[in-house]
Amino acid sequence: MSPREPSIPASWELVVGLEVHVELATATKLFCGCANRFGDEPNTNVCPVCLGLPGSLPVVNARAVELAVRLGRALGCGVETSAFARKNYFYPDMPKNYQITQYDRPTNSDGRLELPDGSVVGIERAHIEEDTGKTTHMGSGGRIHDAVYSLVDYNRAGVPLVEIVTRPDIRTVEQARACAGELRAVMTAIGASDARMEEGSMRVDANVSVRPAGSGELRTRCEVKNLNSLRSLGRAVAYEARRHVGLWEAGERPRQETRHWDESGGRTISGRSKEEVEDYRYFTDPDLVPLTVDGAAVAEVDAALPELPAARRAGLAAAGVAAEAAALVVERGQDGLVLAAVAAGADPGLTVTRVVNDLALDDWSQVTPEGLAALAGMERAGKLSATQSKQVLAEMAATGGDPAAVAQRLGFKAMAEADLEAAVDEVIAAHPGEWARFCAGEGDDRKKMAGFLTGRVMRATRGRADGAAVNRLLTNRAIRP
Amino acid sequence: MAGLARLRFTDDELDELTGQLAAVLGHAADVEALDIADLVARVHPMGLGDVTRPDEVRPSLDRDQVLAQAPVAESGRFRVPPVLGEAP
Repeated sequence: MSPREPSIPASWELVVGLEVHVELATATKLFCGCANRFGDEPNTNVCPVCLGLPGSLPVVNARAVELAVRLGRALGCGVETSAFARKNYFYPDMPKNYQITQYDRPTNSDGRLELPDGSVVGIERAHIEEDTGKTTHMGSGGRIHDAVYSLVDYNRAGVPLVEIVTRPDIRTVEQARACAGELRAVMTAIGASDARMEEGSMRVDANVSVRPAGSGELRTRCEVKNLNSLRSLGRAVAYEARRHVGLWEAGERPRQETRHWDESGGRTISGRSKEEVEDYRYFTDPDLVPLTVDGAAVAEVDAALPELPAARRAGLAAAGVAAEAAALVVERGQDGLVLAAVAAGADPGLTVTRVVNDLALDDWSQVTPEGLAALAGMERAGKLSATQSKQVLAEMAATGGDPAAVAQRLGFKAMAEADLEAAVDEVIAAHPGEWARFCAGEGDDRKKMAGFLTGRVMRATRGRADGAAVNRLLTNRAIRP
Repeated sequence: MAGLARLRFTDDELDELTGQLAAVLGHAADVEALDIADLVARVHPMGLGDVTRPDEVRPSLDRDQVLAQAPVAESGRFRVPPVLGEAP
């Protein structure tokens, strides 16, 4: 759970749009045959094309176009004839002094993304462009402003990207996080990108503004960069919203600008050192010809699209899994297992609890749906306590095998009622103060004491007792001591 | 314009370039005056489209050879003056 950020007053409404860059999972760069690989020695994947040497000519990577179209279709976009443009600027992360991108003719436009809570965020466009090189600022703090010099690695220059631009449809911090999370889920589901924020293969910028609640206006926005995790995204959007509200309420107004998220300081910092003219002088790249994707090719892409996260969540919901749990199951890619286990007769809620809530197993390949269903059945029938069930599942994942056999091997069997009663009585006798408070208590205090006493019984029985059964015994004894 | 391109000119040079640019703009005005109602807009002067290559890795350059072209290199990377501001 991420910590809640203090929200803005109800008289204000948050307006957020995201710009998300994802690196496409190709073998080579967008316009040359250099390897697209993260983590190689600096400047070992470079050639005349990505170094912008005179006389070199870019040629589009067919696979990058295919993945970009797949991504666009997964977001419900229309695919149109597109063209590449040069975005001219002076910054050493591109040796050509321009970045090749799509300007007025993007490959994909006008789509939509459904979030786990059912809300929909419009997608304005998803265009193809090349990534830039990586600059490292050398100086006292590694920060831009106190750099003594910079070092540049062009391995990433020319790596294929898709930039997804959402419409400003996001109204809450949670929705902003969910939107980026859902984009990540879609990217990985369709194999377009590994979308790792921590490695930079997915990068999120947020355009944040606020407006009086109920008004339809769009006020001055700030673009927040340097968001390396969904948590940072949430914190930065919340911070920026509060900053804007503070400015408006003080009779001032935010300046339209780029700001950087400072994770350790928990604030955004203005990115521009001075007022600068912003004009990228876009023009069509004369070295590249238009891309057309005909209807047949789009139909082929559509036919090959896997089931998307939203549809998979709906499938789980139809099988009786609660919405929030369904989102988690899909995120972890275990919906196939859960659905099959439910089909094999497992209780949906219990199965999901075992699969996502308690256990973070790395390798589920040995766990069969039938095994999972049998495990849930044993737990439901009271043959295994929750603690034991978890241990059995861990063992099933490690060595395979049928849950009944594993439970027997581990020496698990449900405690005989008499043994359980004895254990409960021993705990009651050993803790008379807590027992009295449990009997006399109401509400929270009673709950607290119940937790304490149950915990003691679990400890005494080394997790063999069933928590619900202990609770039932405690309640019975309190009524009829 | 010179500011955008990070170029510095003397007044004499600016006078000369202003004249040249005026000629370019005049040409643009001539083109704009043409009646093109019957023409279909095209993205590229050549009638080509969809020139792509397969996604196959080809050898990159030797790093020592690459960095030898740089004024200064350090730790396998190009060393450049401190960058003020940020990447666009």
